[in-house]
Formats: sequence, C-alpha cells, structure tokens
Amino acid sequence: MKLVLDIAVTHVLSRVRQTLVGLMGIAMGVGFSVMMAALMEGSQEDFVTQLVDSLPHITVSDERRNPPRQPAEDAFDMVVYSGLRTPTIRPGIKNPMAISASLENWLDGAVAPSVQSRAVIRYAGRDTAASIIGIDPKREIKVSKLATQIREGTIDSLYRSSNAIIIGDKLATKIGARVGNTINLASGTGQTLSATVVALFHSGNSMADETQAYTLIKTAQILAGQTGLVNALRIRVRDIMSAREAASRVEAQTGYKSVSWQESNEDLLNAFQIRNFIMYAVVGAILLVASFGTYNIISTITHEKTRDIAILKSLGFTSATIRQIFLAEALMIGVAGMIAGWVLGYILCLGLGQVEFKSPFQDATSLPLLYTPKHYILAGLVALAASAIAGYLPARKAAAVHPVEIIRGAS
Amino acid sequence: MTGRPGPLIELSNVTKTIGDGVLTTLVRQIDLRIEPGEFVAVMGPSGSGKSSLLYLLGLLDVPTEGRVIVEGRDTEHLSEAERARIRLSTLGFVFQFHFLLPEFSALTNVMLPMRALARLGEAEMRSRAEALLGTLGLAGHMHKLPGQLSGGQRQRVAIARALANEPKVLLADEPTGNLDSASSEQVLGIFRKLVDETGRAIVMVTHDAELGARADRLVRIVDGRIVSGNEAKAV
Repeated sequence: MKLVLDIAVTHVLSRVRQTLVGLMGIAMGVGFSVMMAALMEGSQEDFVTQLVDSLPHITVSDERRNPPRQPAEDAFDMVVYSGLRTPTIRPGIKNPMAISASLENWLDGAVAPSVQSRAVIRYAGRDTAASIIGIDPKREIKVSKLATQIREGTIDSLYRSSNAIIIGDKLATKIGARVGNTINLASGTGQTLSATVVALFHSGNSMADETQAYTLIKTAQILAGQTGLVNALRIRVRDIMSAREAASRVEAQTGYKSVSWQESNEDLLNAFQIRNFIMYAVVGAILLVASFGTYNIISTITHEKTRDIAILKSLGFTSATIRQIFLAEALMIGVAGMIAGWVLGYILCLGLGQVEFKSPFQDATSLPLLYTPKHYILAGLVALAASAIAGYLPARKAAAVHPVEIIRGAS
Repeated sequence: MTGRPGPLIELSNVTKTIGDGVLTTLVRQIDLRIEPGEFVAVMGPSGSGKSSLLYLLGLLDVPTEGRVIVEGRDTEHLSEAERARIRLSTLGFVFQFHFLLPEFSALTNVMLPMRALARLGEAEMRSRAEALLGTLGLAGHMHKLPGQLSGGQRQRVAIARALANEPKVLLADEPTGNLDSASSEQVLGIFRKLVDETGRAIVMVTHDAELGARADRLVRIVDGRIVSGNEAKAV
C-alpha cells in the first residue's frame, strides 16, 4: 500500500496547478455546502425556537375534538340534527385545578391554567382589539418566557392592583399608553372595566407585541363574565419533541382537545421538510459539480501516464494495483479539498454571522447559523464519495490498459 | 542422479492472431525453448513478429493457440494477477525506449519492482538497488531524475530495474536501438557478463546482424515463423 501511496503522491505533487484547481473545486463545494446548510438549518431552528418559545408547547382548550353525542342520539336510532348552535358562553374546563394536578403527576414539565378572552382596549380616544390572557403569574413563569420578556415592571406587578394589566410594548405605543396609565377594556359580552398598565413586555414577535395583554385570571374571568372560568391549560414540557406524544396522552386523559406545537404548525413543519430536501439536493449538486474537477484531473493524469501504466504492468504490477494508485490520487485530492472546504465553510459561517438582518416582524438580529459537526461530516462524506467515483472511472480505464499496445506504439 | 534442468520458457506450437474482422497472424506455430544461461538473439525483418514473440515469452500477451510454459508451469489458465506475479519474480524487461518513470529518481525506479514484489525490507531493497546501479557504472547518478541522465545512462537504469528482482530470464526488445555505438557496446557487455557470470538467460530482439552474431544462439524469424535457430545448444 505504501508503494501505491508513494506513486499517487508523486503523481499528484508533480501537477501542482492541476491538483490545486481540483482541490479548490472540492473545497469550494464543501465550504459553500457547509455554509448553506448552516444558514438554512440555522434559520429553521431559530424560527422553530421562537415559535416554540412564544407559545405553550401544548394547549388544552375547553373544546372537544369531536362533538359530544346528544342525548336524543342515545335514546333513538333514527335521529338527524341540523342547525345546531354552539353555546354563546364558553363552557370552560371542568375542575381545572384537579386536572392540572393530575397531569403534573406524570408530565415532565409544568401546567398553568389561563383564561383566553378578547376585548377592545380604549385609551386616549384610541380603540384597538386585543387578546386578553388571564394568568397565574406564579405558574405562568413555568410555562412561558413572559417573565423574561418584561421590559418595564415585573410579572409580579399584576398583584399590585386589583385590575392590573401587562401589555405589549407595540400595543402601548399604538394607543399611547405608558406604565401607570389606566386603560379601559370592553369585552364582547358587554363587560367593561378599567385596568392599570403595570408592565410592558416585548417578545420580539410583532404580532404578539401589538395584540396581546396579560391580566390575572380573576380579571379575565370578570371580563369574560364567567366567574371560575378556566378555558385553557398551558403546558410546557422539558423535551419539546415529546410534545406531540404528551398532547395525545393529555387528550386521552382529559377528553379536552390538546394541541401540541407541532400540530398547530403542521403545515410549517411540512414546508421545512420540503425546504430541507431542496437544500440537500442543492448541496449534493454543488458537490457533484465539484467532483467533475477531480474527474478531469484524474482523467488527464491517466491519459498522460498511459505509457507509465503500461510499463508498470509489464514490470508485474496488477490491474488492481494500478486502479488503487489512481483511486488513491482522487481520494487524496478529495481529502485535501474536504479539509480546506471545512475551513472555508467555517470562515464563511463566521463572516455571515457578522451580517445584520432586519425583518419587519422581528427585531434586528444577525443571521441565524447552526454550527454542527453533522454538516461538516455530511459535506465531507459526499465530497469523498464524489471524488472516489470521479477517480474510479478513469482508474478503471487505466487498469484496462494493454501494455503491449502502448509499448508497441511508443517504441 | 540429477537430470538436466528443464527450459526456463518453452513455447509449444504458439500462434498469435489479432484483429476482429480481418485477421493478422503475428507469429505462427512457434516452438522455442529458452534454457538457463543462454544468450539468444532473435532477428528478422521489420514486421516479422520478433517483438510479438518476445511479448509472448514475457507473458505480456497471450497466444491464440499453443502453450507458453514458464519453469514447467503452463500459463494458459493463469489469472492476470498470477501472470503479473511471474513477470515480477522471474522475468525482466528492457525495451528500446527506457520507459523510466520520469518523476522518480534512478534509485527509486530500480526499487519499484522490488517494492511491488515485497520480498525484502526497505533497507535491503535500497542496498541492492544501489549495488546494481554501482555495477552498471551509475553510482554517481542514483538520485538523478531520468531527465537528467544521458540516453545510455537511462538504458542502464532500465537494465538495473529489469534485474532488480533477480529474474531468471531477461527479455530485451531492441535495447540498443536508441543508443550510440559506445553505449550499445556497453549494454551488450553488460548482457554478456550477466549470462557468463550469473547464468541468467537473455532473449534479445534485434535487427542488427553484428549484435545478433554475438549471442550464443541466433533465432531467425520471417513472417511470424522461425526459420532457423529454434534448437537450443548445450550450455
């Protein structure tokens, strides 16, 4: 094997320019593939993280996935219903505290009750619709990042006055309210109340910052006109990927519709799968194109070395040894290109990490990049495989050289 | 009682034909035995089949008909790798053109067959290659590339390479074809010495009658047939 490597190294080093061109081709292929994968998966992971962080992992609502059977259906076989109306008052979750306690017995995470309601916020002559979420601050900090998103005040400020409210900073700007101001809330059921702004939050999600507000559960219940109402349980699990499985179990246990973050973003996750497929296809294509450089070099060397191949065979080198020599040359270029590509890819990622990216829906941020050995290993393996194939074809041709024909021609 | 050793190479009724549609017969019905310690010259006009005969003797080519027996072993059914192994261990080739690998020094070129055979250690291979080059008057040129050597020196390096694995038969195809008379004389002197001192057999293809006359046996070939000299003389 040492002889094979010695000959291969000599061949490769004797063609510095050609070797460098081939090596650069592979390096650029690997480098740009690593960069692209880091960028694509980084943005995806960043998006999912924000998505998951801004919402509870599982939401148990006071709805049923399938409509409950009507009493008449149990009494008569031939019953047809039409024009059924949903109740105007939300039924709420029965015994929410008992259910929460029961879920926390087996769930690897936390459960917080909440009241979801809608209201029009009125301040200084400006009206805007908002989603009012009644929370228990002590439990809420276990299921959401609200506490860390507070910019002015604290989440515990909700306990400071009887009708305290935390609103999004963009909502505050929109209506011109500040911490300490009293705003009016009017619900769809006709309830009105005055609430004091005790804190502002900033989640980074424009939609949430502009349309959401948090009050204590009791305040939200007053606004909904239903004392004791809890119409949602918000669950946060330690392993976010277990949310789907946990949601099914919660639904089976409680009978209430439990939606995991994966289910509520099914279309988006499917789109990511397609996006990943496209990304890997493009990465593969880049490396395939790069491997043509290697093919070209090894083909040129085998063409130029036909006479040497013939003489090696006449000396007693076997076809397999000849094949190994040229395959080794391709792999040497592949390995060197792969290592150079890793360095290039890392540098490109560092460079891209410096670029600031602005979105109308999010705060200014640098481009999200995912640094993972997986991308390097994957790009390297594809580059090596492409190099091996690119080298094998001319190597096979070289091994098939009939020494007599070449020696006759050269003599 | 010890019998006379068998021939190193024996061709028995060997015919070689090439071509797909129109067939060309290169050599026909050749019977030839190469005995140990023989210096055989093969002569004939251009296109008579001299080189083809040499390639058949050296297992570089396979006969269309007949048998090639090397050291008593019929090579008809041997694999490509087995034939290569015999070439590596038993046969040595010298061509009209030196065919040295241009990127390797004279020493490395000579060591190549030894490294491929892998019977010796690195140090042993190196000392044997150095000794061979020294014997051929190339002691001061061992680390030079072929491009830095004269034609005669290159051919001597090629001879050293052919002798690297101590082959029993040296097959030379017009080895002096590209050399001046002084270098040709030197090469021939080396061949003579090899036969006389080491007992190796040499088969040399040439169309130079003067060189042919200096061999122990002269085989004449015309139109692919041996017309004289196919009987080995006692050595």
